[in-house]
Amino acid sequence: MIKRIVHFFGDSEKSRLRWRLFILSLAAIVIADFLVNRDHGEFFWDSLPGWSAGFGFVSCVAIIFVSKFFGHQGRIMRDEDYYD
Amino acid sequence: MTDWLHPGLLFVVGALVIPLLKGRLLQGWLLLVPLLAIADVAALSPGNFGSFEFIGVHLVIGKVDKLSLVFAWVFTIAAFIGCLYGLHVRSAAQHVATFLYVGSALGVVFAGDWFTLLVSWEIMAFASAYLIFATRLGPAVRAGMRYLMVHITGGVLLFGGIVLHGLETGSFLFGPLENSGGLAYTLILVSFMLNAAVPPLNAWLTDAYPEATVTGAVFLSAFTTKTAVYVLIRAYPGTEVLIWLGAAMALYGVIYAVLENDCRRLLAYHIVSQVGYMVAGVGIGTEMALNGSASHAFAHIIYKGLLFMGAGAVIHMTGRRKLTELGGLYRTMPWTVALYMIGAFAISAFPFFSGFVSKSMVIAAAAGDHHATVVLMLTIASSGTFLHTGLKLPYYMFFGKDCGLRPEEPPLNMLLAMGIAAILCIGIGVLPGVLYELLPYPVDYEPYTGAHITASLGILMFTALGFFLFLKFLDPERTISLDTDWVYRRGVRVFLWVAEKPVARWEAAVSALSDTVILRSLHATARESLKVDLNIVDAVVNGVARTALITGAIARRMQTGVVTHYAGAMIGGVLACVALYVLLSFG
Repeated sequence: MIKRIVHFFGDSEKSRLRWRLFILSLAAIVIADFLVNRDHGEFFWDSLPGWSAGFGFVSCVAIIFVSKFFGHQGRIMRDEDYYD
Repeated sequence: MTDWLHPGLLFVVGALVIPLLKGRLLQGWLLLVPLLAIADVAALSPGNFGSFEFIGVHLVIGKVDKLSLVFAWVFTIAAFIGCLYGLHVRSAAQHVATFLYVGSALGVVFAGDWFTLLVSWEIMAFASAYLIFATRLGPAVRAGMRYLMVHITGGVLLFGGIVLHGLETGSFLFGPLENSGGLAYTLILVSFMLNAAVPPLNAWLTDAYPEATVTGAVFLSAFTTKTAVYVLIRAYPGTEVLIWLGAAMALYGVIYAVLENDCRRLLAYHIVSQVGYMVAGVGIGTEMALNGSASHAFAHIIYKGLLFMGAGAVIHMTGRRKLTELGGLYRTMPWTVALYMIGAFAISAFPFFSGFVSKSMVIAAAAGDHHATVVLMLTIASSGTFLHTGLKLPYYMFFGKDCGLRPEEPPLNMLLAMGIAAILCIGIGVLPGVLYELLPYPVDYEPYTGAHITASLGILMFTALGFFLFLKFLDPERTISLDTDWVYRRGVRVFLWVAEKPVARWEAAVSALSDTVILRSLHATARESLKVDLNIVDAVVNGVARTALITGAIARRMQTGVVTHYAGAMIGGVLACVALYVLLSFG
């Protein structure tokens, strides 16, 4: 059972099915976010449905590109033998 | 004393017995001692135990309250899991070091005075360093030396702080510190921050942990930083600077994790990131925030141990550790993949996994204290956590490009240890009440609300979307990342270069100047002085001496030895006196 689940995620032939399921789950999450009770928010964004989805996506993209920018332009990434 | 047994003592005594045992007996012992310690912790009740006077200082080796108990629970549980994971290791020395490490960490947790704390702190540093040295490989030995040097420096700062604190207050009892503007407060805070790997004092961790043995890294990931979180909760609750340092550190780890190619170094950067949540919680300092820090430390020790065990299993079976050299292992290691992913879901705070009920408590406490920026920073870090530990690392290690290796699953003891950790990750997530019962303050927090669940899933799943869309930008690169350890790895070279080049050149110029100008003029002056000495001083001295000689010779010639000459001179003298008298009286 575990083996089948893991292989489902590794099998390149199931790629299309995986994407479909993934998009479906994203849609379900956003729809659910519109339906839940949000009376106890502390900040303005707590009352915005779909905020977390947008924030998650933007955060992810920002982390990737800001970090790589620092790594390459800020000369943080060096050759593996830098300290030798 | 009789109704109380220090759980740390079990490990220390247990360590002494290890060298005498072999084979099955040793393996039984390695499992028995942590189990006894867990039972011992279960039997402990709050109170002060083992207090006595030692050279005029009041010591308390066993201060038991809810805060120390929650850390003792997770430390002993983690010790059991770690020992099971390392059951196949034959090196008795490694097991001894592990036991001493766990025992001294428990020593810190139950320390009621600063002196006990310091001694346990130092033993921890040395015992843990052995787990890095134990691979006996060149890079590990060098990293271990750096690790040890940094921790010895931290220990000296702590020692200095404790002495000053003792002089200021006259008490060595371990408790909250007041910021009186004194040096003691700062020194102790810096030494605690060093062990909590707060940037810029973080590099020892990410430098050394990936070099440790496969089993040693599992223990390292659990104890040092979390004892630091524990002492911060005790001594520095509500210290505002920690809020910002914690939030910054949560992002710091995430940024470095993007750049990292070594699988365990990536995980180590996520220790920095996760401890950031705990440090921020300490800084906020409300009951809910401190509960959040303690519960997150609890959950973190288990899931981080699981992640290190998963990565360790891959290293153990393939001998490779770089993501660029791994990939496609899911075919033959599905159990490792599944168990690792449970740890990844737990650290990413998916609903029904342990991180969901602990991390969110810190964020909710920050929101309750109106720290909007901190909430956003910690939420971004949550996205980054899933991005790396849940997506990047498993993708490049287990899926992705096939590296061609077909390793088997790791030994059964490793899989069992990972299984127990995985069960705990899910168990805490599903039944948070059990963990909340252990926390130092009463819990008034419900993690499972509809909005919290959809918000968490939204952040995490849309992070996944970003990952898959921009996958090619995340390909690991064969590089290393410069961190603050540069200061003592390359900075030392700069120091030496400064010493050898500019300073040495300056020194040469100064000596050339002194040789040519100063020394020569000194010589000339000396020659002139010599002339003066020979020609004038000596002449005067000789002249005086010659005069004395001549006068002496004349005086000698006057000594004739004839009585009539002397008598004549005396009479002459008397007559001269009389004449003088007459002249002066009547003149």
